[in-house]
Amino acid sequence: MWKKVYEWLDERIGLNDIYTNLLDRPEPKGNWWNTLGSASLFLFIMQGLTGIFLTVYYTPSPDHAYDSVQYIMEGVAFGWLIRGIHHWGATLMVIVVFIHMLRVFVTASYKFPRELTWLIGIGLFLTTLGMGFTGYLLPWNQRAYWATTVGTQIAGSVPFIGEFILKALRGGPNLSALTLQRFFSGHIWIIPLILAALMGTHLYLIIRHGESHYPTKED
Amino acid sequence: MSGSSELSRRDFIKVTTGIVGGLIGVAIGLPTISYLIDPALQESGKDAWISIGKFEDMQVGKPYPFSFTQVQVNGWERTSSSFGGYAIRKSDDPKELLILNSRCTHLSCTVNWHEESDAFLCPCHDAKFSKDGQVLDGPPPRPLDVYSEFRLSDDGRIEIFFKAG
Repeated sequence: MWKKVYEWLDERIGLNDIYTNLLDRPEPKGNWWNTLGSASLFLFIMQGLTGIFLTVYYTPSPDHAYDSVQYIMEGVAFGWLIRGIHHWGATLMVIVVFIHMLRVFVTASYKFPRELTWLIGIGLFLTTLGMGFTGYLLPWNQRAYWATTVGTQIAGSVPFIGEFILKALRGGPNLSALTLQRFFSGHIWIIPLILAALMGTHLYLIIRHGESHYPTKED
Repeated sequence: MSGSSELSRRDFIKVTTGIVGGLIGVAIGLPTISYLIDPALQESGKDAWISIGKFEDMQVGKPYPFSFTQVQVNGWERTSSSFGGYAIRKSDDPKELLILNSRCTHLSCTVNWHEESDAFLCPCHDAKFSKDGQVLDGPPPRPLDVYSEFRLSDDGRIEIFFKAG
C-alpha cells in the first residue's frame, strides 16, 4: 500500500532523484571537519524551531519583555529547556559557522569553481552574527540593554553616515520601544529570511559542484 | 544462517533505529507539547474567603458597605479588579445576613445606597433597587447579585466566599 503511494509520488515528483542528488551523491574522502556545514544547518533548524516556540509566550514590549522571559523560565513547563536550547544554540551556531568557515579557508575549498559559495558563506556568517546581535536585546535585561547601547554606538562611529546608521538601527536617537520592536522583527522575520535564502543558494551550489577534495602535497 | 531464528544484522539495525528514534521523538515531543498546553493545565486563579467587616459593626437594617480587590495573574500579567457590596443585617443571627453585590445588573455600574429614597441607586441609568436587591425602577433585567456563601469567623468577622473567574 505505502509502496504504491510512494511509487505514485515518485513518478510525479522524482523522490528517488531527490534522494540520490541530496543524500547519495559522491563525496571525496573526508573527515569530521566536513560535517560542520551540516551541523550549522542543523543548528539553524533547531534555532528556528525553538525560536518559534518562544514566540508563543514572548512579548517584544518594554513593559512585558523581561516579565515574559521570566515567565518562560519559571512559569511554563519546559520553558527553561526551550529557551536554554535557543540561548546556548545561538552561541554554538556562531562558533560552528566560524569553524566551518575556517576549515574551508584552510583546505582552500573556496577556489574555482566555488568562489560564489564562499562569498555567500561570508554573507551567511554575517547574518548569523546579525541574528546574535538582534537576539541579544530581546530579554530586555540590563546586559541586553547596555550591550545594544554600546553595539549601536559602535555602528554609529562610522564616518559621515554613522549618526544615520545609529538612528536607523535604534529607530530614533534613543534605545526605546521602537528599538526592541525592530530588533524583534529583524530577529524573527527579516534576517532569518535572508539567512534562509542565502542558505538555499549555498546548498544548491554545494550540490552542483560537489565537495572539494582535500589538497594533496602536489597541490 | 537462513532459517535460523537470529536477527539479521540489517533487521537489528532497523529495530534499534526505530527504538532509539522513538525515544528521541518522545524526549522531544513531550516537553514540546507540555510547553504549548501548559497554560491550559494551570488552575485559573484561586478561590478565597474574604473578610468584609466585623459583624458587630453592621447595624440592623442599615446596609453596611464593603469593598475589596482581587488580583488575577495571567502569565506575566497581573490584573487587579475591585469588587464591592452591601451587607444588610436583619437580626442577631449572622446567618440571616443578606450580602449584595453592588454591581448593577444592567451595565455593571456601581450602585450606591441612598438613605432618603431607602433604595440603591445606580448613577448610570437611574436604576433603583430595594434594600433586598429587588428591581424597583429602571432597566436592570434582574435583582442585584447576592454573595450567598459567607461565614462568621472566630474573631467576629464576616467572610464571603469569592469564586475566581
